[in-house]
Amino acid sequence: MALLQIAEPGMSAAPHQHRLAVGIDLGTTNSLVATVRSSLAVVLNDENGRSLLPSVVRYRADGVDVGCHALQMQAMDPQNTIVSVKRFMGRGLSDIADAAHMPYRFVDEPGMVQISTVAGVKSPVEVSADILKVLRLRAEKSLGGELVGAVITVPAYFDDAQRQATKDAARLAGINVLRLLNEPTAAAVAYGLDNGSEGVYAVFDLGGGTFDISILKLSRGVFEVLATNGDSALGGDDFDHRIYCWILEKAGLSGLSHQDARLLQTHARAAKETLTEHEEATITAVLSTGEMVDLTLSTEVFANITQSLVSKTLAPTRKALRDAGLTVEDVKGVVMVGGSTRMPIIQRAVGTFFSQEPLNNLDPDKVVALGAAIQANVLAGNRSEDDWLLLDVIPLSLGLETMGGLVEKVVTRNSTIPVARAQEFTTYKDGQTAMSIHVVQGERELVSDCRSLAKFELRGIPPMVAGAARIRVTFQVDADGLLSVTAREQSTGVESSVTVKPSYGLSDEQITQMLQASHEHAKDDMLARALQEARVEGGRLIEAVEAALHEDGHLLKEGEGDRISAMVAQLRVAIAGEDHRLVTQAQEKLNHATESFAARRMDASVNKALTGHKLEELEN
Amino acid sequence: MHFDFSKNHFELFGLAPVFHIDMERLDQAYREIQTLVHPDKFAHQGDQEKRLSMQWATHANEAYQTLKKPLARARYLLHLHGVDTQEESNTAMPAEFLMAQMEWREAIMEAKEAQDVADMENLHNRLRAEMRGQHQELGRLLDEQADYQGASGLVRKLKFMEKLGEEIDAALELMEA
Repeated sequence: MALLQIAEPGMSAAPHQHRLAVGIDLGTTNSLVATVRSSLAVVLNDENGRSLLPSVVRYRADGVDVGCHALQMQAMDPQNTIVSVKRFMGRGLSDIADAAHMPYRFVDEPGMVQISTVAGVKSPVEVSADILKVLRLRAEKSLGGELVGAVITVPAYFDDAQRQATKDAARLAGINVLRLLNEPTAAAVAYGLDNGSEGVYAVFDLGGGTFDISILKLSRGVFEVLATNGDSALGGDDFDHRIYCWILEKAGLSGLSHQDARLLQTHARAAKETLTEHEEATITAVLSTGEMVDLTLSTEVFANITQSLVSKTLAPTRKALRDAGLTVEDVKGVVMVGGSTRMPIIQRAVGTFFSQEPLNNLDPDKVVALGAAIQANVLAGNRSEDDWLLLDVIPLSLGLETMGGLVEKVVTRNSTIPVARAQEFTTYKDGQTAMSIHVVQGERELVSDCRSLAKFELRGIPPMVAGAARIRVTFQVDADGLLSVTAREQSTGVESSVTVKPSYGLSDEQITQMLQASHEHAKDDMLARALQEARVEGGRLIEAVEAALHEDGHLLKEGEGDRISAMVAQLRVAIAGEDHRLVTQAQEKLNHATESFAARRMDASVNKALTGHKLEELEN
Repeated sequence: MHFDFSKNHFELFGLAPVFHIDMERLDQAYREIQTLVHPDKFAHQGDQEKRLSMQWATHANEAYQTLKKPLARARYLLHLHGVDTQEESNTAMPAEFLMAQMEWREAIMEAKEAQDVADMENLHNRLRAEMRGQHQELGRLLDEQADYQGASGLVRKLKFMEKLGEEIDAALELMEA
């Protein structure tokens, strides 16, 4: 909780401690954590020197394994070993195309699918939180302190449900989310700052389970995303699956046990990786039934069986270019991101499409985490010498259901965020006092073809003749790409508004309960942690208030400065005490006391920028 | 909330209220304002600052998008001059314009039926070129002749053409899917 910190370019604010912040790439196959250390972005390794944490979680009756250990047990214990959980984030059972072929015991819950394990029913949010927790602990151990926060990356093409689920997972893992950042944008940050590039770039990001294409314009420290597109259910896993199906067909196998299926899937992935460096890959395995598999997969056959997957990446690429109002010739460079772009067939297809060699100078597995770390460092308030700005977009249109199951778009895709749009609706029956509002996301005309995000009722509309009420529905998308919707009846001045959080999201209480239930947080620990966090927050608030008073004291109204100083003193007393609630209360009071001062400062800073303009124009 | 929304979009970016604006200056002013108010600059701060920053950044985006797109800019300019473009209520159009619209629609239908991507892209480019010409005309009506009723009529026409463009793009997407 701090006041506006607005410093002149080139003038640094009061020196302060370096705030520990990290970037986390929560991937389908692997996850990473990175940070900025002595102005250099680095990936943090585990105690064995490994940077990639396999995104695999195995639940045991008496504990949880995450990463390599879990991965090793995958074939042995497929039901309780969750891989590629990112594919289930914010998804219902009916969204998962190949659920029948997976070894999990799915539980069909409204909103998001759950998985029954030996340790109980787990939601994809909880599984992801278990991965994030390991990364948080790795970072805290490596950096020697508590994190101020993290930037978590998400595929640019993730919809609201998937983003909300990711943010919930981070909160559940005890991470303060500074920002959800789109993966291609993170990659562009990592590249852009290294190469000092200007112009239009395409970021082609093919990960384990998701595909994104983003078109960005880089100029004078501004990264402006012009358009993004993709497929949140297309990735390296699908290439593995094609090989797996090819093996079954060639070896004449069917009705495999879960263990044997897993074994062959592992071989399929290994074969794909072999083909990156070699002309052919041999696949030999002995199944539990004693059957032998001995096959050779050539580059040509691989190209044939995955041809349609490669084409599936090019259609969104064309769409993104068209949305950006550009053609292939306008693109100065193509950045390759995601382990799956190592496949020579992908490299060739992208090179041909853009008529240029794609850029591969940064490790495609690490570039997203590095970019996220660079952005986290800035968002945490650690000043950097060259300041930059990211202007990102919302990937999919947002709309409302209207008569006849049709969608009325309210916010169109590729709008720069944050964005707000309002639309007016009216009642269609005399005396109607309630209206149901159905929020959907997608590009199609029919509600049934779009993703349903939330349904809610606006009640208390004063009875009027049909068509007389004016109901204003406002969509606000924040900088994380997350939506909130409010509805308000305004013809009579009677206001009633509802803010919805999409139904799949977890409420704050649920998160608190889950946190309390987890073994990691015994009650004392939680209190100690809460106090520690409140003290840090409080200290930061005081620091910022004092800096603001110093810089903009002239904007204070009579007596305001004294009131603020009194609240600062109260907060100091609370911080010295032992009760986190008192600290929070004192912070709230101080925030309240500075509210209008903060708004005045914001206005003044914008006006100052504008005044600068006018002078410039006069001089010209 | 008391921040100053009384400024019109042109004032916000320090531009004269005309149709033919200096796009580079608009871009630059927009970026300068976002550099000050964007939520990324307030991510480590309190809820109050985050809220203020989101409102400001949202406002700046709205203003920028309005001025950046020619049709939206013309509509906004007319609004500042107190002229309602009546895009919903006034659907009376000259006969030749309606004829041209029908021809466009037929061409789109044909390309759709033939599943001809190249033909559809051709239509897309032709429409764009025609709209660019109309934008020049809008500039003349607004900036040189102050003919707001004429400009208002042209905005209504362009709205039709924009819808054609959306149809073409939607058809292209379906063909490529």
